[in-house]
Amino acid sequence: MIKSLHKRNSELANSNKQVEFLSNGIFKGGELDTFNNKIAETNQFPLRPKKLEILQINLGYMCNQVCEHCHVDAGPDRKEIMTKETMLQCLDVIKSTQAHTLDLTGGAPEMNPNFRWFVDEASKAGIKDFIVRSNLTILRANKKYYDLPEFFKNHNIHIISSMPHWTKGKTDKQRGSGVFDKSIKALEELNSVGYGMPNSKLKLDLVYNPSGAFLPGNQVALEKDFKKAMNDDFGIQFHNLFAITNLPISRFLDYLIASENYEDYMYALVEAYNSEAVKNVMCTNTISVSWDGFLYDCDFNQMLELPVSSKVKHISKYNEEQLQNRNIITSQHCYGCTAGAGSSCQGNIIPA
Amino acid sequence: MQKTYYDPADLKKFGKISEWNEELGSKFFDYYNSVFKEGKLSEREKSLIALAVAHTIQCPYCIDAYTGDGLQRGITKEEMMEALHVAAAIRGGASLVHGVQMMNKVNKLEM
Repeated sequence: MIKSLHKRNSELANSNKQVEFLSNGIFKGGELDTFNNKIAETNQFPLRPKKLEILQINLGYMCNQVCEHCHVDAGPDRKEIMTKETMLQCLDVIKSTQAHTLDLTGGAPEMNPNFRWFVDEASKAGIKDFIVRSNLTILRANKKYYDLPEFFKNHNIHIISSMPHWTKGKTDKQRGSGVFDKSIKALEELNSVGYGMPNSKLKLDLVYNPSGAFLPGNQVALEKDFKKAMNDDFGIQFHNLFAITNLPISRFLDYLIASENYEDYMYALVEAYNSEAVKNVMCTNTISVSWDGFLYDCDFNQMLELPVSSKVKHISKYNEEQLQNRNIITSQHCYGCTAGAGSSCQGNIIPA
Repeated sequence: MQKTYYDPADLKKFGKISEWNEELGSKFFDYYNSVFKEGKLSEREKSLIALAVAHTIQCPYCIDAYTGDGLQRGITKEEMMEALHVAAAIRGGASLVHGVQMMNKVNKLEM
């Protein structure tokens, strides 16, 4: 198993170093337009929020996996976990927010010791779409997690899980040895309680992100291939496939630099820039809350420690109206969300 | 002076071909884009055909382009290699099948 950047004491474990790296080189010399200059061409700078739709809460960076591309730099060694006190502050917000979607992520959110209590309490708020981003293998990692599919079902949780490919080789290469087999087993369990089945209200979506220095292909075509292969090979069903572009931060940035793919990848992102995607990029309808309660424009800005540009910086002082008046912080990593059909935690920004 | 005939950066400039002949260049790229759209064959199948042909004609630009295209489509390296063996088999077979001509000639000339 590879180690997190933090565990390796990598220079890139420091988010300032990442931001600095992304601001220099090909972007400093003017070889490529900075993101802010690019969106200014269509009068979209500074980016401004629209109606809040999604409240995304990161319950901690601890994870049972150490995926090569992870933008969180998550892993078993990460000890940043949301406390019950912060969860209580989040619950106050969940009860009053206008957002229709609550999105729990991590790390592996299930590893937070108060995860079930929090889901119990949060589901009482009656939010329309309650998402848990599960890495799948956690459902089979330990007996104490075996009943999670039933737990999710009882709370009508919408499951979104990563699955970089329908073959073992590609999946294990990105997510670690043995991940594919465990993921298949977990998907079978989810299917068996009704998740992902045709016409089932128990939503199960998969996330595809490329296992290397290339952009995702057409989401519709990939979904078709995924569905066929998963059904033919394993009898597994799911609802939607979200094709997500890897953003050049954290471990994926480390990989790009080490494999000497960084410049070509940035060129590919900038060439695929789509000004139409900017209009609905996810930071315009999302607030991201970190494990320690700080507020960010998105999960990526959270990992780069670029907090919201607002007087309201913490969940304890949450004020939706005031947050709506902020400018969104953007930088070169944002090219990852505006390439091609655009990329967000819900897949393509521009529908096919 | 450029030290090699091929520069990977030139692939990105392919579209500039139209600058010196807008009409024919546009016609070519319209045709090219239409060819690769889903028809009776899927875009995925067409990508694999393109990859195999790229190796047959030994075009480094095309190999770069359609290896990347295949990865984006989720095509595995095993599938790519199988496609290449089809190209190699046809190419090798094309040499070998001419052996029949050789055999015919030998049979005609030898006592």
